[in-house]
Amino acid sequence: MIRVVLPAPLRTLARLEGEIRLEVPGPTTQAALLDALEASHPVLRGRIRDHVTRERRAFVRYFACGQDVSHESRDAPLPQEVASGAEPFIILGAMSGG
Amino acid sequence: MSQVRILVGTRKGAFVLSADAKRDPERFAVSGPHFAGWEVFHAKGSPADPNRIYASQSSSWFGQVIQRSDDGGESWQPVGEGFAYEGVPGTHQWYDGTPHPWEFARVWHLEPSLHDPDTVYAGVEDAALFRSSDGGKSWQELSGLRGHGSGPNWQPGAGGMCLHTILLHPTDRARIVIAISSAGAFRSDDAGKTWRPINRGLRSEQIPNPTAEVGHCVHRIALHPSRPDVLFMQKHWDVMRSDDGGESWREVSGNLPCDFGFPIDVHAHEPETVYVVPIKSDAEHYPPDGKLRVFRSRCGGNEWEALTRGLPQRDCYVNVLRDAMAVDSLDPCGIYFGTTGGQVYASPDGGDHWAAIVRDLPPVLSVEVQTLP
Repeated sequence: MIRVVLPAPLRTLARLEGEIRLEVPGPTTQAALLDALEASHPVLRGRIRDHVTRERRAFVRYFACGQDVSHESRDAPLPQEVASGAEPFIILGAMSGG
Repeated sequence: MSQVRILVGTRKGAFVLSADAKRDPERFAVSGPHFAGWEVFHAKGSPADPNRIYASQSSSWFGQVIQRSDDGGESWQPVGEGFAYEGVPGTHQWYDGTPHPWEFARVWHLEPSLHDPDTVYAGVEDAALFRSSDGGKSWQELSGLRGHGSGPNWQPGAGGMCLHTILLHPTDRARIVIAISSAGAFRSDDAGKTWRPINRGLRSEQIPNPTAEVGHCVHRIALHPSRPDVLFMQKHWDVMRSDDGGESWREVSGNLPCDFGFPIDVHAHEPETVYVVPIKSDAEHYPPDGKLRVFRSRCGGNEWEALTRGLPQRDCYVNVLRDAMAVDSLDPCGIYFGTTGGQVYASPDGGDHWAAIVRDLPPVLSVEVQTLP
């Protein structure tokens, strides 16, 4: 079971509290994780990735195991600690004021 | 007893203000923030079903959401599968005149159909017009507007290249008037398939050819439903009037202390009574002399009177944005506007007396009013 932490505006939008726990079929990549997240919570489609290009939105970042993995390949395996659920995959809004 | 419901969009959420027909500013109920932390550029109810309300919720981080309420704003559901331009979007002018790709940013204005609660139009940045016929679930661009041919010459205003005004003709369902900053006004007479610019008579010194067919920074257009061919426009500078559905315009700024501003609206029962809020300049987005004054013309322009009772007349440096003024349809007509300082002011008597309903909201982006039976 993979753990996902959403930023507060998306938790509000999806009416969620706390972490999300997801089953991700196959290799645990960014793309697979986000596909599973959007399948379980359709309201998040277009909020993290552009709904047409499927690219990460410009002001969204991904952290895992204390590292910024925003620019890693979306098809590369995520760290084993994330795949095992020991560490969460953190989605957050870039710190750009507002 | 009749009621009014005011839909307020702000930089950090939406608020719903409700009162009975007396509209005592001290007795409005305040609900919200809805969609806390998100920008709500606009919320508007369906004339065909007042319980149906659409709201534009957006964020530079997380994009555009359309929210829909079917119970008058008590509860909301996110709807919609996103906005995609039809075909290859092409380019418009950037601020420096160079080509810039068309990029969707947000929905500025939602205009529900006068007849069908499931049909709603969206004016977006970068400028385009979309329509949904299924209650906001899916959106199709009316691409004849961008395809009109002048699109590569459109450029953004200071707030972005937004389509901010959508006027639906009350009897001719094929006629739609829209306005874009900074392109101008356009009209369709075939329900949005084809468009043409309607900017004859506008003069803008900020563009190379001041009387060009397109390129004018129109801030807002309003009409009275009993005389839909009479249009009132607040332009970047100049208050304008058309008596022929936009075919030609003439200036009616008259004795205004300043003819820059954003909102313009028309009294619900007096088609020649018009309201504007003069702002000092395009660089100084606050009222002249620190006095917040609504100006009213009872003769369709040129002769304006300052309405000041209850409004701050010193040290006031807020702005009133283009979608932040509305009128109810009670008698006497109520006038409402919101400021970037977070106040929403109401006048239950056509502008003679004003009072703040709320004072400390986030910066107000839009105000709409529903008059309920």
